[in-house]
Amino acid sequence: MVTRDNQRKVYNRRKVLQAGAALAGVSALGFPAVVSGQSNKIKIGHLTPLTGFLGALGAYAQLGIRMAEEEINRSGGVLGRQIEIISEDSVNPATGATKAQRMFEQDGVALLMGEINSAVALTIMQVAERNKRLFLQIGARSDALRGKNCNKYTFHVDIPNTVMVYAVGKALVRDNMVRGKKFFTLTADYIFGHDLLNAAKRFFAANNGNLIGDELIATDVTDFSPYLLKIRQARPDVVCSNLAGNQVTTLIKQYSEFGLPYPIVGFNLNTADAWAAGEGNLAGTWPTPWYHTLDVPASKTFVDNFTKKNGKPPENHAWIEYISLKMMAQAMNDAKTTDNNKLIEHLEKQSEFDVLKARKAYFRSWDHQLMQEAYPFTVKPKGQAKDRWDLIALGGAVPGASESLEVLAPTREQNPCSMSS
Amino acid sequence: MFLLEQVVNGLVLGGYYLLIALGLSLIFSIGGVVNLAHGAFYAFGAYVAVALTEHIGFGPAIVVSPVVVALLGLLFERFILRRFYTADPVLGLLVTFGLAMMAEQLLRIIFGAAPLSQTMPQSLKGAVFLGDFLFSRYRLMLLGVVAVVLVGVWLLLQKTPFGRVVRAGIQRPDMVAALGIRLQPYLTAIVVLGVSMAALAGALFAPITIVHPAMGAEIITVAFVVVVIGGLGSFWGVVLAALLVGVVRGITIHFVPAAGEASIYVLMFLVLLLRPRGLLGERIEKFE
Repeated sequence: MVTRDNQRKVYNRRKVLQAGAALAGVSALGFPAVVSGQSNKIKIGHLTPLTGFLGALGAYAQLGIRMAEEEINRSGGVLGRQIEIISEDSVNPATGATKAQRMFEQDGVALLMGEINSAVALTIMQVAERNKRLFLQIGARSDALRGKNCNKYTFHVDIPNTVMVYAVGKALVRDNMVRGKKFFTLTADYIFGHDLLNAAKRFFAANNGNLIGDELIATDVTDFSPYLLKIRQARPDVVCSNLAGNQVTTLIKQYSEFGLPYPIVGFNLNTADAWAAGEGNLAGTWPTPWYHTLDVPASKTFVDNFTKKNGKPPENHAWIEYISLKMMAQAMNDAKTTDNNKLIEHLEKQSEFDVLKARKAYFRSWDHQLMQEAYPFTVKPKGQAKDRWDLIALGGAVPGASESLEVLAPTREQNPCSMSS
Repeated sequence: MFLLEQVVNGLVLGGYYLLIALGLSLIFSIGGVVNLAHGAFYAFGAYVAVALTEHIGFGPAIVVSPVVVALLGLLFERFILRRFYTADPVLGLLVTFGLAMMAEQLLRIIFGAAPLSQTMPQSLKGAVFLGDFLFSRYRLMLLGVVAVVLVGVWLLLQKTPFGRVVRAGIQRPDMVAALGIRLQPYLTAIVVLGVSMAALAGALFAPITIVHPAMGAEIITVAFVVVVIGGLGSFWGVVLAALLVGVVRGITIHFVPAAGEASIYVLMFLVLLLRPRGLLGERIEKFE
């Protein structure tokens, strides 16, 4: 009797393993989500990470920019034309740059916006400069982007690392958590983390904190336990996170799991990553550019509308994409053009924009960085949260109401940005 | 002492890889299909556990989730995988790879791209101290669960009539058929078993890792490396390889942190160079 099993083909194990390894490797790459349409609209190219360790933030970014797009189009568009956002996954630095070039060349976009990943933002900035076209860099925080790598064609919305460090640093100094204390840092191993570590080192040096250990952690690491054991061996006074994206979530969860006794603080956090860590796991003092409980009327309206539409409150990347498109629409309306050079000139005039905060914001003319308020926050004690989004207690805005918005930003002497036009 | 901590920690991590790699290895050994969708079942296990925790509590969710996912595994075997046992192995790779991508997008559509949170009971948090030796209480518990599962699977394969047929089926499917035994039900059972082990790993690790759509794609690469290092058809080969991978990664991070993630691939390279069949891989006629 012959059964199916007997007819089994003879095949080569090596071939199967090779193909398997190749496919398993490919699965680490992303796949594009292409959305496009037709003309007579003002097309705006939008790139943001939708996969990988920043993918969750990118999903919020898309919700934010889509909401602004709808609102703008409903109220008549820009310069009498509707706008159309062409949004794609930026994947990695090489793919992001390729897509940016294609959007300029083939899709005919008026300008580019977006990004969260500092490494990808850097390559898109280069594409923008080569093409002499405008790139509104929204969500990447690396100092280098608006410092030594700055260029005339790129404007930066999110708060840079140095300012995030100072925003938290002020609160830490106030709480006597810096002078003479031993710090152990965990740092994301790419341009953003390196950059943030440098800012942290300057802060420690200026305030007599001692950095006794640092670990660079690759962005795809999902198990932090060996690093936690090393932290314990070093016995620091304070553990400090310079991590990015869902690395922060992993750290928070596993730190809480091991129950290490050292207080933890951080110089970078996006609230989606804190929400993902769950109640009772997050602790310490962190910075944020915005939070949905911010007590500003315009911000509350935005939060209500967003929550009604999406069934969950906006995260800071949804907020920043929303205000970024609104700012760009306002700039086009005021400058009465989509011509990139004229828009750049207009933005460099430091006109003010409503960013749903107590104070208006403006792009500083010489480094193209948006000057805006930041907030340190602490975690609400257990039981005080109204819902699972209501994790944190916002501190007062920095700079304070009486100070210049530029007091925390690097000065001309400190910031190696020089733009050749 | 510090090194000992890293070694024990590596063993726990190895146990976690083991739950996923063992199923992958069994399915490959007997069915001849490299199940690249295996990571998806790990992700399903985590998501189902998180979803169930709200309703039935943390502990029950960990038990029920693998059962729910096992049913999915049954459908997967019955309607998809079964067609590829006798087909060109590349087809099996492609179809399971495609399914893995579909599963990831499905999770993204249903649960969103943002990671879900899963909090373990307060009683399981914290560290265990033995003198100066520190360890996570939850992970020690995991190690215990993995050990129990391991012994269970070993007994099943070695001491039961079921296990005898499976082992014979791995080595000589033609002989099994000649004895008038249909291998098909055994294949189904092995796939369901492997899938539920992956789901158990997902459910157990949900509180300490990130529950997000791509978690399956992240784990499948390491699981695959473990299977290759351990060698096909060998139960203990996979066990040894999983623990070795965990420990090597821990020790490397202790001394050369930057090489931590690369170390497991270097290990695979060395093993394949010296023992192309894997550490304890057996000579299996149908694969030669």
